[in-house]
Parts: sequence; C-alpha cells; structure tokens
Amino acid sequence: MTLNQQRKFKTFITGAFAWLIALLLFFPIFWMFITSFKTELQAISVPPALFFEPTLENFGIVQERSDYLKHALNSVVTSFGSTFIALIIGVPAAYAMAFNPTKKTKDILLWMLSTKMLPAVGVLVPIYILSRDYGFLDSRTGLVIIFTLMNLPIIIWMLFSYFKDLPKEILEAARMDGANPWDEIVKVVLPLSIGGISSTALLSIILCWNEAFWSLNLTASEAAPLTAMIASYSSPEGLFWAKLSAASTLACAPIVIFGWFCQKQLVQGLTFGAVK
Amino acid sequence: MKRSITRLLMAPSVILLLVWMIVPLSMTIYFSTIRFNLLYPGQNNFVGWMNFEFFMTDPGFMPAILNTLILLLSVLIITVVLGVALSALIDKPFFGQGIVRVLLISPFFIMPTVNALIWKNMMMNPVYGVFAWISQSLGLEPIDWLSDFPLMSVIIMVSWQWLPFAILVFVTALQSQDTEQKEAAQMDGATGWHIFRYLTIPHLARPIAVVVMIETIFLLAVFAEIFVSTGGGPGYDSTNLAYLIYNQALLQYDVGVASAGGLFAVLLANIVAFFLIRAVGKNLTV
Repeated sequence: MTLNQQRKFKTFITGAFAWLIALLLFFPIFWMFITSFKTELQAISVPPALFFEPTLENFGIVQERSDYLKHALNSVVTSFGSTFIALIIGVPAAYAMAFNPTKKTKDILLWMLSTKMLPAVGVLVPIYILSRDYGFLDSRTGLVIIFTLMNLPIIIWMLFSYFKDLPKEILEAARMDGANPWDEIVKVVLPLSIGGISSTALLSIILCWNEAFWSLNLTASEAAPLTAMIASYSSPEGLFWAKLSAASTLACAPIVIFGWFCQKQLVQGLTFGAVK
Repeated sequence: MKRSITRLLMAPSVILLLVWMIVPLSMTIYFSTIRFNLLYPGQNNFVGWMNFEFFMTDPGFMPAILNTLILLLSVLIITVVLGVALSALIDKPFFGQGIVRVLLISPFFIMPTVNALIWKNMMMNPVYGVFAWISQSLGLEPIDWLSDFPLMSVIIMVSWQWLPFAILVFVTALQSQDTEQKEAAQMDGATGWHIFRYLTIPHLARPIAVVVMIETIFLLAVFAEIFVSTGGGPGYDSTNLAYLIYNQALLQYDVGVASAGGLFAVLLANIVAFFLIRAVGKNLTV
C-alpha cells in the first residue's frame, strides 16, 4: 500500500467506527420513532418487528387520551415566555457588567451562578407552599416565573461572555456621538450580538422544554407541559408501548428538530465563551 | 457611563435572584426547626434538631448520599472520557460527518421523562426489551436491569443524555486546535497517541472544566429519570438525595423533615462545589 492508500484506509476505518457508534447512540430514539407506528401487539413482539405496516392510529389515541395539543401549547408558552422575560431582565445586567466592570463583577457573576448550585429540592417545600398560597399551583404563570428565575443566572453568564468580546471602540464612538445607554444597547450592542443572544435563547428554550423537576411537582393537569404529560404514561397499567412511543415522539419531535437546525448556534452558547 | 446607571441596569437581576435565593432558603431553614406535617395542620411547635435527627436516621439517608455521589462521579467520568474519545474520532473529515454529528448530539434534546421511559420499557424490559432480545439471541439469560442493577440503569440513562453535551463542547474546542502545531509534531515523528496525549488533552483542559461544572449542577439534582423509571427502588438502591426529600415532602407530607433534608442537599452541593471550584476553577476565567 502506498502512503496515500494507507491514509485513505485509515479515514475509512475511523469513519465506519464513528458511524457505528453514532447509530448505536441514536438507536433508542430511532426505536421510539419506529415503535410509534406499530400496533400494540407488534410493539412487544419478540424478536422485535422490523418490517410492518405502519399505522397512525396511536397518534390519534394520544391526542384523544391526554390532549397533546394542550400540553404542547403549555410547553411552548412556558419555555418561550420565560426565555423572553429572562432575556429582558438579563440583557441590561450582562451589558452593565461587561462594559463597566468593577472589582465586584467577578464576584457577582460567581454568586449568580452559585444560585444554580442550590439544589431545587432544597427549596421544593417553600416554593410548593408559596405557589399553593398564591394560586400558582398548576398554573402556567407560576411555571413561567420559576423557569425565568431558574435560567436567569445561565442567561446572564452567557450574554456576559458575548458582550465582553465586543469591540469597545464601537461603543466609545457611539458615546461620542451622544448615544445614551438605552441607544447603546438597542442600536449598537443588540445588533452586534444577535448571534450570541439567539444561542442563549436557544439553550434556555431547550432547558425549559425539558425541565422536569418543577413541572412534575407543581403542575397537575391544566398547566402540565409535555414533560409532565409523558410521566403520566409511566404508570404500570399495562404494556402500551406503541402509544407511549407515539406520545414521546410527539413530545420530543419539536425540540429535537429545533435543536438539529440550531446546533451551530447552540454549540457557541453551550461553552459559555470558554471555548472559542 | 455613570455608576448609578450601571447599578440601575443590574438591579432587577440582582434583586430577583436575591429574593429567589433568600426567601425560599430561609423558609426551608425555618420549617426545618418546627413540627410541620401537612396531615396535621396547626401543630407547628418548635422542635429544634429533631427533624435533622429524624432525617439522618432515616434508613434511606446514607444510601441516598452515596447514590448521589456515585451517580455524579460515574456520569462525569463516562461523559468526559467517552466525550473526549468520540470528539477526537469525528474531528477529521469523513463520509457523512455532519449526519454523524447530528445523530450523536440528538439524545441531549430528549426530555428526561421520555429518556427514562424509552430505556425502562423498550430497552431494558427483561421480557420484551431490545437488550433482552440480544441476550436471548446470544443464548444468555436476559438481565432484569431495573431490579438487579437499578443505580447502573439510572447511570446509563443519565450518561446517554449528557454524553452529547460533552461531545458538542469538545468538538467545538477541537476545531480551534492549532493544526500547524500538530503537523510540526508529526514531522518530528510524534505518534498519534503522543499528539493526543501532549497536545490535544492540554488543549481540552478548559472545555473539560466547563463540562464538569455545568454537568455537576444538573447531575446533583437528577430527579425525573428516577421518578419515572425505578421510583428510587428496589428499597433505596436507586434513591438519591433529591428523590428521598421528594418522598418525605410530597408522599409522606412531612414538611419539617423534608426541609431538614433540603438543607442537607444544599450542604452537599456546597461541599461538592467547593472541591469542584478548587479543582477546575483555575481553568475558568470570567
């Protein structure tokens, strides 16, 4: 073999190996998707049925039994709503810290992140009782408030690391031209950091969509997002895997497809500016 | 820009987060010192350390702390080691690289409740699951994962979810690695392993710190996977601290004891954070 052939062979082997592992890791999702088109009998057949006549029956039953559309709407409202509010609160703070850093800035940022280290379960009881007393149990408003506060530290941290990398000269030029802080944020900083803000928003939406602790504990039927709806399928009332798969596919499809399209932006955001 | 404006811009975030931290936490501290059972309202007298004693002598206490730490460390090790290996594997271009990457990161978008249900039923079910079918095809006895290896089952589910996160971060980091440096090393006769060990690994120090920190925040609080799959059992074999406290509060209605447990969770998180920040903190810059 020549050197070139050898290199090609090596690339082929690495590629094949990578494909194998990727397919293995993706298999559970593939299997869930496939099973959602089976009948209940095919879903539990051993050996597993690979070739069958697909049916859409399960999806109809899921909608009928647990009102998928209502829960999907809850998921959309809570994740987009809380992300939007958190951005409105977080952008000014991140802007102030990035462009007017003081000695305390680092401490404030670390303190904010440390509120994330506080395990949710440590404050479960008070939050539950407060929600109950103020009528926020099983309400979308309550969930939006909690999701907003839950993700605010991460949002501020990510925005801060973007804003910090913006060229300071542009801001100074704007200031020379008599821009006030409001103009600075709206006309200079936001347009320049649209990529950073959208990846921050993306991560926040995904985290909210998949959040399961508060949504399981604070909602029942009315405000339950998809994570909580799915949990109702865990009750051992028999082997309804096809319907379970259909419900799961419906619950995950929006965010998985969303994630596929946005993976490039997401990557930038996930590393908190620590990886360039 | 004036100082006052800076303060004004930061005020909403700082005030909200302060309230979010202090109000519930002080309520938890207060509840932990009184008798407070939702089934017996009105008998809220001060009991001192009794709730703490009660929680600490709960048969689930030690298993829960151990399980929390085992879960945290196992998932961290699995995701970081496999994450580094896999991202190094898919770093160089090959056929279908883009699709492979999409497949690899997909589990990150699956919600924890669905994750647990897929694994519990379709993968790990001892009769109809895919694993059982594989064992049978190989002529082996199928394993009842959730009853025989409950904690390991949870570790598998959680690792499956977080491995894509590690891969995402490491792949991005590898793209910024200096190729000239690598080529120079190759010229000097360095083997692939040497390049990986002495150039790639040091380059990944900071991304690893990021992954460890963020995963720790979420892994200390694993709840939905246990709630949906094993329910903490059998016995306390897969109960972690979060699940034990949930059990006390919302299933046994004992708010006092649950609050004492909540404070333990906070304490444990602080101890872990302390070591963590010392271990990886130097790789993080604000």
